[in-house]
Amino acid sequence: MKFDPSTDFGLLLAVLLIPLIGYTIQIFFGKKLPRQGDWMLTGGMGVVMLITVYLAIKAIAAGAHGDGHAVDFLHSSQDHGFAFKWLFDEAKGPGLLNVVAGILYDPLGAVMLAVVGIVCFCVHLFSIGYMQGDRRYHIFFANISLFSFAMLGLVLADNILFLFLFWEIMGLMSYLLIGHFSQDPSNPFFHRWATWASKKAFLTTRIGDCLLFIGIFIFYREFTTAWETVPAFKEALPRFQPFLFTDMWEMGRLVVAQNGGEFPAWMTAAGLCCFGGTIGKSAQFPLHIWLPDAMAGPTPVSAMIHAATMVAAGVFLLGRMYPLMSPEVLAVVTVVGATTALFAATIGMVVYDIKAVLAYSTISQLGFMVAAVGMGGLVAGMFHMVTHAFFKACLFLSAGSVIHGCHHVQDMRLMGGVRKHMPVTFVCMLVCTAAIAGVYQFSGYFSKDAILLAGWASVLDNAVFSGWNLYALISLAIAAMFTAFYMFRLIFMTFFGEYRGNLETHMYSAQIAAEGVEGPEPHAHDDHHGDEHGHDAHLPHEAPLRRNPMTISLVILAVFAVPGVAALLNGWITHLMTPLSMYGPTAGAFAAEKISEGILDHDSHLGRQAHYLAVGVSLFVATAGIVAAWFLYVRRRDLPEVITTKLGLVYTAVRRRYFVDEMIDIAFIQPTLKLTTFFRTFDEKVVDGFVLLNGSIHKGLAFFMAWIDKTIVDGLVNLVGLVSQAFGAATRLLQTGRIQQYAAFAVAGGLLLASWLILS
Amino acid sequence: MGLGAYVAVSAALFALGVVAIIVRRNVLYVLMGIEMILNAANINFVAFSHFQGGALDGRMFAIFTIILAAAEAAVALAIVLNVFYLFDSVRPSEADLLRE
Repeated sequence: MKFDPSTDFGLLLAVLLIPLIGYTIQIFFGKKLPRQGDWMLTGGMGVVMLITVYLAIKAIAAGAHGDGHAVDFLHSSQDHGFAFKWLFDEAKGPGLLNVVAGILYDPLGAVMLAVVGIVCFCVHLFSIGYMQGDRRYHIFFANISLFSFAMLGLVLADNILFLFLFWEIMGLMSYLLIGHFSQDPSNPFFHRWATWASKKAFLTTRIGDCLLFIGIFIFYREFTTAWETVPAFKEALPRFQPFLFTDMWEMGRLVVAQNGGEFPAWMTAAGLCCFGGTIGKSAQFPLHIWLPDAMAGPTPVSAMIHAATMVAAGVFLLGRMYPLMSPEVLAVVTVVGATTALFAATIGMVVYDIKAVLAYSTISQLGFMVAAVGMGGLVAGMFHMVTHAFFKACLFLSAGSVIHGCHHVQDMRLMGGVRKHMPVTFVCMLVCTAAIAGVYQFSGYFSKDAILLAGWASVLDNAVFSGWNLYALISLAIAAMFTAFYMFRLIFMTFFGEYRGNLETHMYSAQIAAEGVEGPEPHAHDDHHGDEHGHDAHLPHEAPLRRNPMTISLVILAVFAVPGVAALLNGWITHLMTPLSMYGPTAGAFAAEKISEGILDHDSHLGRQAHYLAVGVSLFVATAGIVAAWFLYVRRRDLPEVITTKLGLVYTAVRRRYFVDEMIDIAFIQPTLKLTTFFRTFDEKVVDGFVLLNGSIHKGLAFFMAWIDKTIVDGLVNLVGLVSQAFGAATRLLQTGRIQQYAAFAVAGGLLLASWLILS
Repeated sequence: MGLGAYVAVSAALFALGVVAIIVRRNVLYVLMGIEMILNAANINFVAFSHFQGGALDGRMFAIFTIILAAAEAAVALAIVLNVFYLFDSVRPSEADLLRE
């Protein structure tokens, strides 16, 4: 099976258009469609999934044919005359000011597209069951459809401007979906929380988006200037398009080569700005604060945001911009990623909301990916993004299933023993937890192992050694242990022991309300399941398969995490994704210089050493974490309380999320509010004062003018009237109406005339 | 007797007619005054035609004037009747609607 441009680009366009058309129909007619249009959109996503998987199989086949370094699978639709021309002057052809958008289908895009297709389809399918009876059911489906569209478009875009467009659509959709319950009057807590969380997510990611936009335009400005001034660049790239990824990579290579192999300072600045976009979108420290609150949205949305769409976009951007990142930028990327991974993992160990645990684990895993890219493990980072997308989507949907089953309770202290009531969910969640914890042969094991391998390779090789990488490696190892611990803590608290749903509900809800740091208070089970569980309404229950396809999507996603399938995935992706296949021969070779995985190939001794260390460490930390969780939450359940009281202040700090929210509040939000208050006062007092003064002056002037008008002008007019009135009154005296008098006047006049005639 | 005597009688008659029109309080006397003015003109017509060659045209004018006076009297009396209906009076000074 080879990639056939003439039909396959059409299919890729269909992938983009199906959810968009579905959204358009749904938003206008959704309420009137049968079942409010859910099957229409889910079916559309199913078609999208089939196409993306079909095309991904083609990519994997290409990877299997190549020997891992000579895979030729970079297809740009512009080479085949298949492009959307925007701001285009036909007479001049492609130029610096024209934007031509096409589809870039490369190994990274192929894999990511399939991931997005599968996860989005599963989320759609899951939502049919989970969102049943929701007030805004059809709007919800329309929104997740457009969300999928934005992510698919972002993966397919071949220029950074269109990537940014889809990036922004995604920001908007995350806002709308996190705030899905913000119009629900039945639950005031959720109402407030969703409103606040959606605003927070939108504004926080906006900071990163601004930086990304600045970064894009630094690249644009510098590249176009360089291209216009240096003749060699013009020769090398006669049809240079400054936003096109392939041209940007090539141009980056040329600029660095011209600069004597060093990255110019502006490329570091621009790279940092672009990484700012990743920090915002992929929830890296310190802009991670929006992600835990994003769970205010419905659980399927959390699955979508945390797995395949929103946060993956930031890591995907790193993959796209990798050749343009200078070593200094990559050092920053490493440190930020490693810090985030460790920092979020510690918080994940202490929270009690089942979704909050998963949210912090997402932040932590994103830190792994980002740090991997920074340490030179580009493929490892991208591979972890893929495995993480599957198991995190499955974990979230399983959590949703548990929440659904436990009557919309999210606090793990109110769960327990759910294993017996929800066996399918338990198995799926256990598989995915094993994957995220890095248990041998599960999917997360391979990707985490690859990350640690890249890290060890960069640390062991004296030529590329840097302290930052060592710091990152240690942080990631500890974070991996914490990950194993808190994920199995979640499993033990939720699925083992006895069901605690009926005990002390009030105490816990009061405690949560007092802490005010996480989750909605557990509230009475609302009646939207109907009567499907009449007699055992207080026990958890699996979603009934026949009426409700929730469990199917769990199983689909969990399959990608099980041993065997995971090993296959690992083989496929490592064969398919290499710098050369991702960025083309020249730019790929240029990018490969920064990639530490390359070291392993030409130094077999070092490679073996790094490999043993990586496997050893990852297996050790996973086992240690799981055993610790088992000991604390199954064997000695009294111990956690003892430990938390011993830790005291440290525990409180972690429990309150290291006060990052409060610090940001003090450092940025309060000054901003003060500044706005000042400006408001300035506006009200000074600017309004001037306006009012001006008004008063005009008012006085107007009074004076009115006086002149009334007395002088009107007086003159009245005088004319009066004069003619008086004259009229005088002459009216002659008009008596008596005929005889008139006759007398006539005779007198006649006599006068006659006497004048005679006498003269 | 010469032309002067006729003209003098005519002038006197005219003057009397005018005075009757202006000063009489009864509308019938006013009509009589009009008749006197017309007849003063008749005297002049006849006198001038007699003393200037005896042509008939002056006398013909006089006959026309008499016919005209008869018609005028008929119309005038009809007007007087209407004025009487309207104002309950035949005094010209009462009918002063023209002032309005």
